[in-house]
Amino acid sequence: MTSRPELKAPPEVFYNDEEARKYTSSSRIIEIQAQLSERALELLALPDDGVPKLLLDIGCGSGLSGETLTESGHQWIGFDISPSMLDVALEREAEGDLILGDMGQGLGVRPGVIDGAISISAVQWLCNADKSCHEPRKRLKSFFESLYRCLARGARAVFQVYPENLAQRELILGYAMRAGFAGGVVVDFPHSTKRRKEYLVLTCGPPSLSSATPKAKGEDEESCSDEESSGDEENQTVSISDRHRPRKKQKLNKKVKGREWVLRKKEQMRRKGNAVPLDTKYTARKRKAGF
Amino acid sequence: MRLLTHNMLSSNIKGVTNGFPLRIEVEKVVEKSVDFNPDFLKNMLAKIEYKALVEASRIMGYAELPDHAEPSMLESDDFLRKFHHALMELHLEEGTLVCPQTGRKFPVNKGVPNMLLHEDEV
Repeated sequence: MTSRPELKAPPEVFYNDEEARKYTSSSRIIEIQAQLSERALELLALPDDGVPKLLLDIGCGSGLSGETLTESGHQWIGFDISPSMLDVALEREAEGDLILGDMGQGLGVRPGVIDGAISISAVQWLCNADKSCHEPRKRLKSFFESLYRCLARGARAVFQVYPENLAQRELILGYAMRAGFAGGVVVDFPHSTKRRKEYLVLTCGPPSLSSATPKAKGEDEESCSDEESSGDEENQTVSISDRHRPRKKQKLNKKVKGREWVLRKKEQMRRKGNAVPLDTKYTARKRKAGF
Repeated sequence: MRLLTHNMLSSNIKGVTNGFPLRIEVEKVVEKSVDFNPDFLKNMLAKIEYKALVEASRIMGYAELPDHAEPSMLESDDFLRKFHHALMELHLEEGTLVCPQTGRKFPVNKGVPNMLLHEDEV
């Protein structure tokens, strides 16, 4: 995989005008972001009552993910740290309100007012200490505490993340739990390096049937075809972090030329009526390589 | 920035206990039309701080919103329309949001408030 943007520069520097424009004019990126956003929205499991909800889009960038929210009829407020990306969002006439802010400083949203939050490819930026005053742990704490506070009871937050490694993902999850969230990780297409995507699905409030981690895509079949998962989340088991690759069938260690086999064969021949030497201690004994 | 968003934001500065609502200093207001959705509005009335909304809408130049709101008023289409207009269609395009406790100013440009805190405010 090419180098991670998080290791190059802080997000407000990395996503400058040029990069912002590149990001938003690539049709491939647009498509990927749309897919990720749709999946995140699906995992939000908002009630299907036709009432628009008020959502947060954290790290909304150029508004690509916000578009998915608007298309589904919801109202949203977007946060991003890069002025260039937000400029692009304004140009694209994003329907949600945009806020220039740093999620690691806390969201500054009033308690209990938000119906759900998504974040596409953004939360891992919190794990980097870009400035000397940055303490990733403090920032993670601020972010998750402020998020937990502003979410309504029973609301969910879904983050599509690219953690650098397992430790980073555990770090993020750890701070989420400490802030009071319940939930887990959904990994879609865990066996495909290209298609593998991770979503943190966090819930606010008492765990209930609806807060069981939803079913991930692409684990049932070994050929990871693009089938839609059943989307039926209610009675799925709470997922574990990673699905294990199904073990290959044990190689059958059949001893084709063992003593037993030879004896069996000899018995068969006798039954047929052939002249077979007697079974002695020398039968099927290992010979020297020369044979 | 719509008043809906303004009604959700609170000053995040370290040590501030009374950061809501942010005071609005208007330089430019833009009215944008938004689809009217009564279900959404009913859902929102329970969440918003109504008094802050009324004050904010007055500052933005809209005085039609009644001072108090009862849940029964949600039946009235007239009220819903006014509520909708104030909440969703008035945009602060240029101006400032001021922390009520510290007086710290957060500028608003092109409708985007800059809520980035300085190092000492975190």
